[in-house]
Amino acid sequence: MSHDPWVWVAAFLTLCIFSFLYKDNPFYRFAEHLLIGATLGYALPLVWKNIVTPKIIVPLQHHEYWLLIPLCLGLLYIARLIPKYAWLSRWPMAFALGTGSGIAIPLSLQAGIFKQMQGTMLTKAMLSPSITPTVHIIGNIVMFVGVITTLIYFYFSIKHTGTVGKVARIGVWYIMLAFGATFGYTVMARVSLLIGRFQFLLHDWLGVIK
Amino acid sequence: MNLLNKFMNMDRRWIYLITAICVIIPFLIPIGLPTYTTPPARNIYEKIDNTSDGQVVLLSFDYDAAVLPELYPMTITILNHCFNRNIKVILMSLYMQGIGIAQVALEDVKREFPEKKEGIDYTLLPYVPGGALVILGIGEDIHKTFPTDYYGTLIDSLPMMREIRNFDQISLAISFSGGGVSRTWVTYANQRYGANVAAGVTAVMAAENYPYLQTKQLIGMLGGLKGAAEYENLVEKNLKLKTRKAACIGMDAQSAVHIMMIVFIVLANIAYFAGRRRKK
Repeated sequence: MSHDPWVWVAAFLTLCIFSFLYKDNPFYRFAEHLLIGATLGYALPLVWKNIVTPKIIVPLQHHEYWLLIPLCLGLLYIARLIPKYAWLSRWPMAFALGTGSGIAIPLSLQAGIFKQMQGTMLTKAMLSPSITPTVHIIGNIVMFVGVITTLIYFYFSIKHTGTVGKVARIGVWYIMLAFGATFGYTVMARVSLLIGRFQFLLHDWLGVIK
Repeated sequence: MNLLNKFMNMDRRWIYLITAICVIIPFLIPIGLPTYTTPPARNIYEKIDNTSDGQVVLLSFDYDAAVLPELYPMTITILNHCFNRNIKVILMSLYMQGIGIAQVALEDVKREFPEKKEGIDYTLLPYVPGGALVILGIGEDIHKTFPTDYYGTLIDSLPMMREIRNFDQISLAISFSGGGVSRTWVTYANQRYGANVAAGVTAVMAAENYPYLQTKQLIGMLGGLKGAAEYENLVEKNLKLKTRKAACIGMDAQSAVHIMMIVFIVLANIAYFAGRRRKK
């Protein structure tokens, strides 16, 4: 059993959170409020130490007065709190949106769409048994069919009847398979979190497992 | 039928209790179910193993405490692997809370490797806001993006950082994330600078990352506790892992809960269809 008082505190708070599974109670609410408070308390000094001090205060002390321009622009966000001057907050937003979009759009298109389209395209080599193993050839065809049929399912300008309807139906099956895979992984993720807490309780706190 | 009705109206707290039992028992009586290594995990291992002299591995701790049980075991094991192979490591985070986790991970692994020195074998970089802009900054000049390390030492004065300027000297950048940050690394580090990027993600995010594996925008991926267990096995097999195999230990419980869930889903479906037939 641990002799570290902080491990005991963490174990107590873990049990407080677990107690919600039985029903809502003051112990759970105490732990929940403590978490929110601690998160904020942790974040504020970090922002001050890692952002405000090195990025604003120290450079200003070294006479880098041009920083006052972005500083003032950033402070305009606070204008939202004053209804009469709330419109001023649109300026920093416009700046952030403009620069953010300018940087993100070309690269996101490249990485998320063009590259993915390229990955879907079947080449002669991808279908050649002398170059590609049979199982990969089947995989390439399955993926190609999946992308096309799913895209057709999401094409709403043609009524999903007849041949289009049948193809879209195959797309629905692919979507269902994707949902199934995502659900399976989600279950695994949530169980992992539970396992992590139990490992803490049984190993770090009680010491009953290695 | 009465039994099926009871099953369908079962208090969910019984399910919580059975889940807890399914997690606890495999811890107390380990079964040692095998975990097979998949190519995405092996690719990361081989890429790190083949890191040449003069290059470093960059580990980005882009997560907070909420996903610690899933991501911490894999970060520890990869750090262990790098130190074992005498590969220099840069630790950073695009999340403010991630730096604290990186520091704890370093302390944990350094217990096994006390000879490893800051600035010589590894460098912990401070949190710099900006997300994607930070990645672009590393691509241009890491020294301008991070003038000092986490402890305030000028980065130019750190021996291991003198030759490191951008992604050209980084053999692999691994983003550990519980959200979509690994895609940010793909978009900016891989797409813009051609950097080798890998992801260590929570299981929830794993399915979304598979398309990037297929296009080789990600050279490898570790998905959740299972991915971490795969990596632990790889390191254990080749290098003798010194730290505790937290992920492998947890995989028995993972399998037990999965079997329990399959049983519940099958029983619930039988009860549902039986109930529907009775109504007709």
